Amino acid sequence: MERIVLPQIENFNQIDVYLANKGFEAAKKAFSMSSDDIIDQVKKSGLRGRGGAAFLTGLKWSFMPKSNDKPKYLCINGDESEPGSFKDRQIFEFNPFQLIEGAIITCYAIGAKVAYLYIRGEYHKWIKLMQNAVDIAYERGFLGEKMKDTFNTSFSCDLFIHKGAGAYICGEESSLMNSIEGKRGYPRVKPPFPAQNGLWGNPTTINNVETITNIPPIIRNGWEWFSKIGAPKHPGTILFGVSGHVNKPGVYELPSGTLLTEIIENYAGGVIGGKKIKCVIPGGSSMPPLRGDQLEGVRMDAESLKEVGSAIGTGGIMVMNEDTNLLDVLIRIAHFYHHESCGQCTPCREGTGWMEKTLKRIKAGYGTSKDLDLLCDVANHIEGNTICALGDAAAWPVKFMITRFRDEFEKYVKNEIAIPVPNKVHSMRNTAIPLANLEK
Amino acid sequence: MKFAFTEENLKKIEAVRKKYPTALAAVMPVIYIAQEQNGYISEEVMEEIANVLGIDKVNVLSVVTFYTMYHTKPMGKYHVQVCTNVSCMLRGAYEIYDHVKNKLGIDNMQVTSDGKFSLEEVECMGACGGAPMVAINEDYFENLTKEKIEEILDSLK
Repeated sequence: MERIVLPQIENFNQIDVYLANKGFEAAKKAFSMSSDDIIDQVKKSGLRGRGGAAFLTGLKWSFMPKSNDKPKYLCINGDESEPGSFKDRQIFEFNPFQLIEGAIITCYAIGAKVAYLYIRGEYHKWIKLMQNAVDIAYERGFLGEKMKDTFNTSFSCDLFIHKGAGAYICGEESSLMNSIEGKRGYPRVKPPFPAQNGLWGNPTTINNVETITNIPPIIRNGWEWFSKIGAPKHPGTILFGVSGHVNKPGVYELPSGTLLTEIIENYAGGVIGGKKIKCVIPGGSSMPPLRGDQLEGVRMDAESLKEVGSAIGTGGIMVMNEDTNLLDVLIRIAHFYHHESCGQCTPCREGTGWMEKTLKRIKAGYGTSKDLDLLCDVANHIEGNTICALGDAAAWPVKFMITRFRDEFEKYVKNEIAIPVPNKVHSMRNTAIPLANLEK
Repeated sequence: MKFAFTEENLKKIEAVRKKYPTALAAVMPVIYIAQEQNGYISEEVMEEIANVLGIDKVNVLSVVTFYTMYHTKPMGKYHVQVCTNVSCMLRGAYEIYDHVKNKLGIDNMQVTSDGKFSLEEVECMGACGGAPMVAINEDYFENLTKEKIEEILDSLK
């Protein structure tokens, strides 16, 4: 199997090795094409965003206005904060020049003169590696003014790295733009969409690091080659990050549509101790979890996962064995979203807190089965009622974990509550003490 | 205590400023430069950042308080960050966390009395394939066991 994003070539992260292996040939080819042709190629290739929403990349680019009255920007999202996702750092470390080349081609296609590569602040080491690669690209004339001579073109662009500072929400595209602008990472209301009103009010396109790294091979080999790899509706390879109770956790680049069970068994070395799987989260912690008994035949691409009621997300596969306490896992996930909620929208800010508290009450032994319904109710009230997708991301794991593993959660709750907890409003539904007595 | 950027850092700020069309946009990298110089971001530091960039202090404050990697109080010489998110938790992160807590005798966001260590329970660091993991200052340590983290902490002078 050919690997597109992380080729198995030794020292591919060295500029000379990269150049010896068709490096920057795609960029040369791109400059002989019109920007519309490039967008058309990417559109036809069927490449979909690798950052979570799996939106068609070519279509996203075509939203950019054609007029040049305002500066345009490209943002490359390497915030990578989704629990279970650890693929972009492999690109920073092992294939930085293909990412840079992809950025150049994308800038040319959308007419951007500046690209910002947003990397999460915790990735100190990988920021240094990437900065080093960018410096070399400038030196060798692949970025900046010098690229006019290198590629014999009138186009030039700059690539700057922006270091994040520890906020999950900055992986959301509009929040990422606010962060680059030097503001709190608050998501913006859409519309207007970034293609109209992005960085400093200018047209902006935001793509994931993995998406951009896919661009050079598509331009070099043509859209037909790419569209034949993997699942037809979600073509190409995907970097699957497998973590949790497996023997060989790690990042595996495989064609989309690979069987989930094959990834776990053949590539990640199976479950530790040969145990059964209780639960798998297929696309990072925000995505609905799957039961161990529904994994047979599940393919890892956007359409197939939609059919089984989950989503591809960032391709971060978390495997949990039969001994896992799912209540603990869900409390941890709920805590994460409570911690990372930016606080703009009430349903998310308050709802994530209530979900965490209610789950902890169940853990403490004071839960009733009505609490499980209450959790789903709170989740339903967050979902779709917030500015950004963090609300949905917080709601889905709670809602689907409880509905899909109801039997598991019922074990932790009682039907009747023994001790009233008067300060928790929702517990009063089941308390033995009449409400009137509490009010005195 | 008055805070002033060193000459070298002022040059760095000048270079950073060129990356962005507005002064405000340079605030995040400049806070990093200040934190590296001062160890943490105090009121005075915020004021100086605002002066240097020509922006309002409130803009600096709002950014410093939003992002978790900016510290408004001094941290230890070695800032130990233990990830306890799901992938790490499944592979025993809480055992590591408790072990570190006991060994250092401090809780989350506290500093040892000698100022050598500080501890933080952090969210996913993007090292799920090497879980459980701990980051100390800027370095990642992956595939840890209690023995390994003990050894690492002991080796820090």
